Amino acid sequence: MIHPAATEAEEAIAGTIRAAAAAKEPLLIEGHGTKSGMLRPVQAARTLSTEGLSGITLYAPKELVLQARAGTPLRDIETALAEGGQHLIAEPPDLSGLLGNDKPQTLGGVVASNLSGSRRIAWGAMRDHVLGIRAVTGRAEVIRSGGRVLKNVTGLDLCKLLTGSHGTLGVITEITLKVLPAPPATGTLALPGLDAEAGVRALSAALGSPFSVTGAAWVPPGRVGRVPGLDGLPGGVALVRIEEIPTSVEYRLGRLWEQLAVAGTRLLDTDPSRAVWKAVRDAAPLAPGQDDAVWRVSVRPSAGPSVLAAVAPAGVTGFLDWGGGLVWLTGPADAATHAAVEAAASAQRGTWMLLRAPDTLRGAVRVVPDEPPALARITRAVKASLDPAGILNPGRIYAGL
Amino acid sequence: MIRQPDPKPDVLARRDTIVAGLRALLPEDAVIAEARLLKPYETDGLSAYRQVPLAVALPDTTEQVAAILAFCHRNGVRVIPRGAGTSLSGGALPLEDAVVLGMMRMNRILDINYADRCATVQAGVTNIGITNAVAADGFFYAPDPSSQLACMIGGNVGMNSGGAHCLKYGVTANNLLGLTIVTIDGEVLDIGGDHLDAAGYDWLGLLTGAEGQLAVVTEVTVRILRAPEGARAMLAAFKSNEIAGACVDAIISSGIIPVALEFMDRPAIHACEAFAHAGYPLDAEAMLIIEVEGCQAEQDHLLREIAAICDRFDPISLKVSQSEEESLAIWKGRKGAFGAVGRISPDYLCMDGTIPTSRLPEVLRRIQEMSDSYGLKVANIFHAGDGNLHPLIMFDANDPASFHKAEQFGADILTLCVEVGGCLTGEHGVGVEKRDLMQVQFAPHELEQQRRIKSAFDPDWLLNPSKVFPLQAETATQAGLKRAA
Repeated sequence: MIHPAATEAEEAIAGTIRAAAAAKEPLLIEGHGTKSGMLRPVQAARTLSTEGLSGITLYAPKELVLQARAGTPLRDIETALAEGGQHLIAEPPDLSGLLGNDKPQTLGGVVASNLSGSRRIAWGAMRDHVLGIRAVTGRAEVIRSGGRVLKNVTGLDLCKLLTGSHGTLGVITEITLKVLPAPPATGTLALPGLDAEAGVRALSAALGSPFSVTGAAWVPPGRVGRVPGLDGLPGGVALVRIEEIPTSVEYRLGRLWEQLAVAGTRLLDTDPSRAVWKAVRDAAPLAPGQDDAVWRVSVRPSAGPSVLAAVAPAGVTGFLDWGGGLVWLTGPADAATHAAVEAAASAQRGTWMLLRAPDTLRGAVRVVPDEPPALARITRAVKASLDPAGILNPGRIYAGL
Repeated sequence: MIRQPDPKPDVLARRDTIVAGLRALLPEDAVIAEARLLKPYETDGLSAYRQVPLAVALPDTTEQVAAILAFCHRNGVRVIPRGAGTSLSGGALPLEDAVVLGMMRMNRILDINYADRCATVQAGVTNIGITNAVAADGFFYAPDPSSQLACMIGGNVGMNSGGAHCLKYGVTANNLLGLTIVTIDGEVLDIGGDHLDAAGYDWLGLLTGAEGQLAVVTEVTVRILRAPEGARAMLAAFKSNEIAGACVDAIISSGIIPVALEFMDRPAIHACEAFAHAGYPLDAEAMLIIEVEGCQAEQDHLLREIAAICDRFDPISLKVSQSEEESLAIWKGRKGAFGAVGRISPDYLCMDGTIPTSRLPEVLRRIQEMSDSYGLKVANIFHAGDGNLHPLIMFDANDPASFHKAEQFGADILTLCVEVGGCLTGEHGVGVEKRDLMQVQFAPHELEQQRRIKSAFDPDWLLNPSKVFPLQAETATQAGLKRAA
């Protein structure tokens, strides 16, 4: 039987939760707090941080597995992986620029918010690579789900449930991730002079090609200058990335060039390509004004341009990643503008998240879509099963939950 | 025979009323209640266990599924969702007092969207049926379980099915965008849709691999991918399991991710060769099938690199396919493995543990020791890229002692998998087969937490009962719930 005992740090977390549950006192759950500006503000007297839970506990490059405590800074993990010639598959963004917090984000925070970067379309989301999780529930119990193997369908997949739950179902203490070799080379085609519709058509053709495109974004005129290496390109620019061995990058970009090139197309090799996609990953083209709100809308890729068009009259603008399916938006932080974004996403049967706004706005509006009543009932029951006293990050995702 | 929960006497007593109630909801030919016609539904791919159900309902719309579930919920009737019945873990084994909800009539492809690279299909469409529908346009649906000709996408969602190409393309969960589900009280819900990463809790992820415990899946939106320009396989044979295992490590360490990396041990090589005449080396202790993708030049490059790595491990033979025909020949033996083992043994159990790949030689050695001590032969097939081990335990079903020993042997293997850091099931699911072993992998309070989540969806435990969770505990939870109520 393998039932590892709770670590000392987990015992301490469990003790805090036990006491808070008994007193019915809400806890703010965070790592370094870099994402505390996301979603709804939490009203809590006390903060429970995973900051002290730091360190990589297992790295087995040959088995494509890395395990680390939740409070480990992500950059430490990225460094360790780079030394092993590997990388984080989902390419999680660093949103410190957007969220105005320059502390290093933790692995636990990235997993708890299921944030994925541009590679999402080809290789999956953060949640797709969480193989195992340890967490302390609102019942002050240490539970494990998953493991350290790539395939696992043993029992209900609580890894999926906890990933993206923003600390509302349990305090994640340790995470086991699938990792992969980092491709030795990358390259990008920058196709200028394309409006959103034409840009997404080009991205769709690239993603529908046999060449395993791992990045597909569109940046509108006026925002192109915020992406390094694109200066001087006219109009909106569609970006198509390949990551492979050098000969494959060259061959595949050559074939894509034949199919997609327009006048002025630029080919970026490994280093400039990496700089471009770091900027796209971190939403650098968005550059919101100091007081503006930021939204992340997810729709089917072909609907991205329609969302942009629908929100434009409300003074909301943005750019597209994930082949058009991820719409990054920024605009005035008020309820009417928020309603316009919500309506545009809903009209395309998509989903959305208010990623950044002043507390007054994000405390007052829906920050993610409401669930239909029958599903909301299940949400409440599942939340109650893991956090019966309702003390873990209450109200973070939904008001009153 | 595996222990099953006691049938509810009141449900058995109301059998005729329940059948009449179902008939009132569905077309004439969509309810089966005659003993002779119920017989085909008594078992699934785990054919050692059989139980004729109370009745079978065969809906062909989501609305009919909702009506059936609402009816069963009102009447306290247990429901067993069933696709093609290919489960190797008894995931669709009926109960005497249960209605089998057969999804095979819901076999329509509803939408194919190439611009957004997704397709929406009903739950009873076969796995290969999705690929067949988009293949002419150069697309495919990635997960490819061995049973893909027969198994249905609804069952794939239930078991989070994988296949031989997971290392690159992932399992079912990684290839889904949306589900239409029906809850036990007959509510129809859309989960996800045609976009990525819905906000809120990841119901899509939780429902995938839930083995029909939480809801019934009626429609599925999957990602479809453009097929690569080509694929080619090579075969490498080695003098020992240890050497072949070290070669797998070296390939992964080189940074190359082959699209498939399959391992066969000596008994598997012999069984497959006798069956398929694929030209496998009979003097080898272990063999790898390695497949790469890309254009001709990319395939050449990758296969050359991999062959150079294999060369460092003193291979007995190394065969790089030069054409699609030669690749098919290399795969032919492996793909026929189940049939091949079926030919040398009247019956076999196909196990499905997962282990850290580094522990493979040790695990194979200990399986061989168990094989000697139980006096039962075993052949091992291993998805080496993702650690998924399929020992095929050969036995004679006409001899109850032989079957009992085979089950014990299987349980010992899975316990070993957990002991070395792996898990009970990689892609077949827990079903009835492994439910009592869940206590090997999970502590009591961890199982209790999973059961609470089951209860959040299905408070009366009507959906696919007696699967996944140890039986004793299941009745205890229900008793606990009743006390709490």
